[in-house]
Amino acid sequence: MSEVAPKELRIVGFLCNWCSYGGADTAGVGRFRQPTDLRIIRVPCSGRVDPMFVVRALLTGADGVLVSGCHPRDCHYTDGNFYARRRLEMLKRLLPFLGIDDKRFHYTWVSASEGAKWQQVVTDFTKQVHALGPMHQK
Amino acid sequence: MSTQKLKEIIKQVLPDVEAVICWQEGFDKLNVTPIFITSPEQAEKVVWNPLCAQNLASYLPSQKKKVAVAVKGCDSRTIVQYMQEGLIDRNNVVIIGIPCKGIISKKKVQKAIGNEPVEDVSFTEGSVKVKTPSGEKTFAIADVCPSKCTSCQYPTPIVYDQLTADPIQSDKPAESVYADVAELEGKTLEERKAYFLSQFDKCIRCYACRNACPMCVCQDSCIAETRDPHWITQKLSLDEKLMFHMIHALHLAGRCVECGECERVCPMEIPVAKLKKKINKEMKELFDYIPGVNPEDKPPMYIFNVDEAKIKEHKL
Repeated sequence: MSEVAPKELRIVGFLCNWCSYGGADTAGVGRFRQPTDLRIIRVPCSGRVDPMFVVRALLTGADGVLVSGCHPRDCHYTDGNFYARRRLEMLKRLLPFLGIDDKRFHYTWVSASEGAKWQQVVTDFTKQVHALGPMHQK
Repeated sequence: MSTQKLKEIIKQVLPDVEAVICWQEGFDKLNVTPIFITSPEQAEKVVWNPLCAQNLASYLPSQKKKVAVAVKGCDSRTIVQYMQEGLIDRNNVVIIGIPCKGIISKKKVQKAIGNEPVEDVSFTEGSVKVKTPSGEKTFAIADVCPSKCTSCQYPTPIVYDQLTADPIQSDKPAESVYADVAELEGKTLEERKAYFLSQFDKCIRCYACRNACPMCVCQDSCIAETRDPHWITQKLSLDEKLMFHMIHALHLAGRCVECGECERVCPMEIPVAKLKKKINKEMKELFDYIPGVNPEDKPPMYIFNVDEAKIKEHKL
């Protein structure tokens, strides 16, 4: 693996297999230009994303974490993202209390056909994290 | 006195249960320790005074047979939460409720008497007198109580089969419960970060907070120690300490009954419960849910609404 460019930050993305991972693929197939800071981890469902994944990522080197799943009501497993929504909202409200800027964490819903939306989400979130700068001092 | 009444009730329920879980005098007058009473003679050892800080309801999920347990108002919320989560069978528990006007933080007393050996402790209405080799000191219970008592909303147990005294009403305003959280929220992000990092830096990772926590029911299967690869390493660093406390807080999301056991047992006096209280505050705001109050409720992380009234999509 090549050395990470100095200006690049580490953003970890947890994407559900059925919608957002497909959405990212669609964006790739459509050749939509995207920032390269995002490292994608494919999970079966956004309901699989334990809030601790996000905390662990942020504490061990990530500068931002993005979670994306199927739109509510569209979950491949019927209700996984409904649980995820509650958990991630709880985490979103807890992080700033601990002194971690909640702008470093974002959760959203992107379907497999929304390649353009995916490009928008990645671009905007990367921009937002870059505005905050690196989370960890080297 | 309600101690006498408590003993009477214990003797009365003892034939129906395997054991009665209550408090007895500890190794000195300032310490109280749990006792499992199985015979009427043992009932004489029972004490009830403001030193009875332990949350005895914590024993319930591990009991195989029918037991009786003595609980204060705050402890009773633990039982309600167990009922919500299906961790106990209500028919297998006899609850002896004790209306409580506030307990004593042993650590605060020890600090006030300069950690001298305690010869005697006596109680009068609202105050405690501690005798040490260098003299006697009297403290108002309100001055040496743990912080949970200063905003207590449930002095009388929420669920009980027997009550040792007349029910009492809380005289504390409901807003006071999350006053400490609101105070921290008023500070800047950097100030809060500095505060929590300095607090959690004291952590020696003894895990006493987890072991004492009545809602940490995973016991030997705690995710902090049992999964491979490990969630937290043995490295001595602030990140690992922080991670442990986040595990504790996140696994108690919408479940913490604010009994204060974690802070009571912490040897480093870390405000361990703050993160959990913050989550509780948000749960109240988002889902109008208070843990351990209504046995019919379901913890908010166990359920969902298709249309969440108060969760708005976040814009970038």
